[in-house]
Amino acid sequence: MTAMLETKNLGISFGGLKAVDGLSLTIEKGQLYGMIGPNGAGKTTVFNLLTGVYKPTSGNFFLDGEKLTGCSTIEINKKGIARTFQNIRLFSQLSVLDNVKVGLHNDYRYAAATGVFRLPAYFRTEKAMNEKALELLEVFGLAAEKDYLSSNLPYGKQRKLEIARALATAPKLLLLDEPAAGMNPNETQELMETIRFVRDHFDMTILLIEHDMRLVAGICEELTVLNFGTVLAQGPTAKVLKDPEVIKAYLGE
Amino acid sequence: MKKFKELNKATRNNTVTYIIVALMFVFCIVYTETGMASNLFQGILVPICVNVILAVSLNLTVGILGELSLGHAGFMCVGAFVGSLFSVMTAASMDAALLRFPLALLLGGVAAGIVGILVGIPVLRLRGDYLAIVTLAFGEIIKNIVNNLYVVTDAGGLHVALGVDAYNAMEIDAASSEVYINGAMGITGTPKDSTYIIGFVLIFITLIVVQNLVNSRTGRAIMAIRDNRIAAEATGINITKYKLIAFALSAFFAGVAGALYSHNLASLSAIKFDYNYSILILVFVVLGGIGSMRGSVIAAVILTALPELLRGLDSYRMLIYAIILIVMMLVNNNEQLSYYKNKLFGGLSAQLSGRSRKQKEVS
Repeated sequence: MTAMLETKNLGISFGGLKAVDGLSLTIEKGQLYGMIGPNGAGKTTVFNLLTGVYKPTSGNFFLDGEKLTGCSTIEINKKGIARTFQNIRLFSQLSVLDNVKVGLHNDYRYAAATGVFRLPAYFRTEKAMNEKALELLEVFGLAAEKDYLSSNLPYGKQRKLEIARALATAPKLLLLDEPAAGMNPNETQELMETIRFVRDHFDMTILLIEHDMRLVAGICEELTVLNFGTVLAQGPTAKVLKDPEVIKAYLGE
Repeated sequence: MKKFKELNKATRNNTVTYIIVALMFVFCIVYTETGMASNLFQGILVPICVNVILAVSLNLTVGILGELSLGHAGFMCVGAFVGSLFSVMTAASMDAALLRFPLALLLGGVAAGIVGILVGIPVLRLRGDYLAIVTLAFGEIIKNIVNNLYVVTDAGGLHVALGVDAYNAMEIDAASSEVYINGAMGITGTPKDSTYIIGFVLIFITLIVVQNLVNSRTGRAIMAIRDNRIAAEATGINITKYKLIAFALSAFFAGVAGALYSHNLASLSAIKFDYNYSILILVFVVLGGIGSMRGSVIAAVILTALPELLRGLDSYRMLIYAIILIVMMLVNNNEQLSYYKNKLFGGLSAQLSGRSRKQKEVS
């Protein structure tokens, strides 16, 4: 069976600086995979490589066996990689429901003219979109707030909405960039359950960046530790977290 | 009323806008048909319709796409000249204004839309202030090209020249020649086809198209780009495509408004479509509320009618106009004053759009 995500010797350099260098990792379908490392280690850069924001200067990456190196952000999203952002990026002036409906954009289609002239396909598709979007919102406990402006949601719910929007694009692989940033322990606990639920309920493969070791130790099955753009350690969570190199570089003694 | 409240918020809001325009229309018909209206009043009806269409179409770019465009008068200029040229050329062969005028409006709009796409391809790569300044430059370029354009026909066919030297150098059979566009003198003899009734029909069409677009898959994509370009791209939205759709549609309606404008004047010169006109349209949009179509309609009506209504004040006219403009801006921008304004005027509108006071406090 091919791995869901495989990167081979992936790297990018900005001028002389090698922001990510020689990253090889394999994530199996249905895995919850964590990426940790000190600030500036290149974790978010890896996400930007995997979503086509940056083009790798070396190496390749494959989603479900298909080579995606060099594809644009939109193509990569259509192929099945969706992400959330470290600093939340919602469509702030759209309602909660509409945020998710934007995520459904490529799967539920009708022409612009159909919308303008309100042809039957418009009502049919919009109805299906509403149902699908509400279904997703219900999973995240956001259905009651569907008509709120997304910017009026409390922080924790904004994070959830971002995940819901990413899932609306029907991805195979979900990238979460510091989902627990700025959350209190209770919210983090709830988030861990949500992430686990997403994996089980949607049969999703998840790669996440996180600094909260409780969350990482709690839900990630495997880890890659980055330091100065290179892999410091890789393997099952429990083993990696006991690695003396990792403790020295990141966790602290 | 109860049924009305059950509709979703966007539909309700749009319906209120249609009702307001319909009421204006009915008022105009009753007022003019009963013979109460002065010549002045009748004279500003078409310009009001033109400005309303311009304001709504610019709001699509500024409010929905979220990019500041300062060249809207340029697209209007294209529509005006293409529409007029068509009408002047076909006036003899196509007698019925009923067919000719809609065609002229459509052609004006399509031409402006095409120019919108051509301008949009380079311009929409920019963002923010840079985009605003480049649209300003394109608006001026369009104006100046049209200002130096000569279109002449003679027995030998159609001749087009750019610049007065090129015009003088043209070999034209003087006996059979007919000048259609005469450089800075522009077009004369456009049939006066524009009426406020057609104007209102066009306002309705513009509003329906723009508001339906906004509340569709396409509109959501455009607004997603406005709110967060990076997230929109990561969600699989084709940024260039949707920016161009919004920009071209905005230019299309500016072109239609231009053709409506030009068919209201005996002579038309490109110099009218300058930077000041673009800014004026932007003032309608900002004053009415960026992104609010209803606001654009109301602001355009008030600010077009105001200078005419203040004519009696003679030389103080523009001073009063400026002061009223400043006061309106301040009232719209000040929370405390807005509260009183809503208290005074907002009762009906709030009732119609189904907002309760409690909801307002929450937001």
